[in-house]
Amino acid sequence: MADAAPRLETAALTAMYGKFSAVKSVSLRFESNQVHALIGPSGCGKSTFLRTLNRLHEMSVGGWVRGRVLLDGQDIYGPDVSVIQLRRRVGMVFQKPTPFPTKSIYDNVAAGLMLEGKRPKAELDDVVERSLRRAALWDEVKDRLHDSAVALSGGQQQRLCLARTIAPEPEVILLDEPTASLDPQGTQRIEELVFELKRDFTIVIVTHNMQQAARVSDTTAFFYLGTMVEHGPTRQIFTTPQNEQTEAYITGRFG
Amino acid sequence: MVGLMIGAVILAVLPLVLILGSLILRGASSLSWAFFTRMPVPAGETGGGVLHAIVGTLIIVGVAAAIGVPLGMGAGLYAAEYPGTKLSWTTRFVSDVMNGTPSIVVGVFAYTVVVAPQQHYSAFAGSLALAVLMVPMIMRSTEELIKLVPNSLREAALALGYARWRTSLSIVLRTALPGIVTGSLLAIARVAGETAPLLLTALGNQYFSVNLNAPMETLPHIVYKYATGPYEEWHQFAWAAALVLILVVLVLSLAARIVTRQRFGASRG
Repeated sequence: MADAAPRLETAALTAMYGKFSAVKSVSLRFESNQVHALIGPSGCGKSTFLRTLNRLHEMSVGGWVRGRVLLDGQDIYGPDVSVIQLRRRVGMVFQKPTPFPTKSIYDNVAAGLMLEGKRPKAELDDVVERSLRRAALWDEVKDRLHDSAVALSGGQQQRLCLARTIAPEPEVILLDEPTASLDPQGTQRIEELVFELKRDFTIVIVTHNMQQAARVSDTTAFFYLGTMVEHGPTRQIFTTPQNEQTEAYITGRFG
Repeated sequence: MVGLMIGAVILAVLPLVLILGSLILRGASSLSWAFFTRMPVPAGETGGGVLHAIVGTLIIVGVAAAIGVPLGMGAGLYAAEYPGTKLSWTTRFVSDVMNGTPSIVVGVFAYTVVVAPQQHYSAFAGSLALAVLMVPMIMRSTEELIKLVPNSLREAALALGYARWRTSLSIVLRTALPGIVTGSLLAIARVAGETAPLLLTALGNQYFSVNLNAPMETLPHIVYKYATGPYEEWHQFAWAAALVLILVVLVLSLAARIVTRQRFGASRG
């Protein structure tokens, strides 16, 4: 397992907002078909780091990046990389559910696929159903696929966003505090899904909730003040952390 | 304090009520089916209508909207989606200046650009003047509404692999569209009553005409013409035409409200 090539890897990655470096020279490896948690107090740079992995960071005002991010060995910041193609390989779900309010449930799930040009309706129907099933939403919405997506509850909307993200079959899924705005029940469902989905995808999840990191992830990286302090197998980070700050954070002494 | 505010409200609303009231009182009696469907009769005779002016206003305002709405929406979308650029700053500055420009100046502009070189008045020149008046209004309302679209929606589209332009058009603009339609309808209603620029462009025409390249009658102009004329029947017609003009504006404003109300209805396509 140690010699398997990582799906995603960063090398001395620094993310800046103008002159302020939010992420300082982080090197991390994300193996395939695992869940990787990024934890740390607010403002530690974990979300910014996540947003460099699909090049969304550079859309922020003053956002730019130094260093390298390798997806299957290819630098995603390389000159001949299409950002659009990249984002179809690296999907993302955000903190607040972001269904497209003018689109129906069906069209939300199909949105990513429609970008690649027209497809036979039967094929679309198929992918929409499969994606909704994988996001554990199919049974709740199958009779109202053409209703507006904003009529769904927050938890349902978040699962819809998950379905929308997995429909184009990305390789990596980035989750930016996906349960921060959900109730415990909605949170539990998303966590179960994350566990299921790692069979098919490589997942990187930013979370505020340490129990969540401990529950769902295989590896954990602890961020503090823009640097990556420690990373390793989740069990090790939570039982025998090597670094004092990490220990202080996971035992709840700060953050 | 509350008393003062109520007083201010009454003072503000009173003129509106008085205008509407006197229009209805004096104009409604001349309204008839013939008024909408027939042409004017020679002075001295009774009856007849202002069909040519109603059709003319619809054509001139329609063409103006066809030019002004896409331009204003496009400029507003650009200014809101690329706020840091020099071009968007310039666009915003120019539209602010244009928003305060007296409409007669815009009329002179259209006169210089279209009427003078062609050496004849035309409905198209009128449409152009009204479009120029419309653009800054539509641009500003579009910009404000686009800014209200949460950034998280933009990011969600980008993260899904939408190109920047496609995000702007099919997600951001689409989400803000009901509000933008409202703003556009209000702008159209606002210019539909403009008279000054039309005096210098569409001029007026006592005959029925749908030719954009020739003078055309409009409701505001016919109000002006009949109100300043010497005959009592003309004065009656001016009141009625004014009432019709107000009704057209009212219908547009009401349509704008209805569109706003349906904002969050489920929609496809």
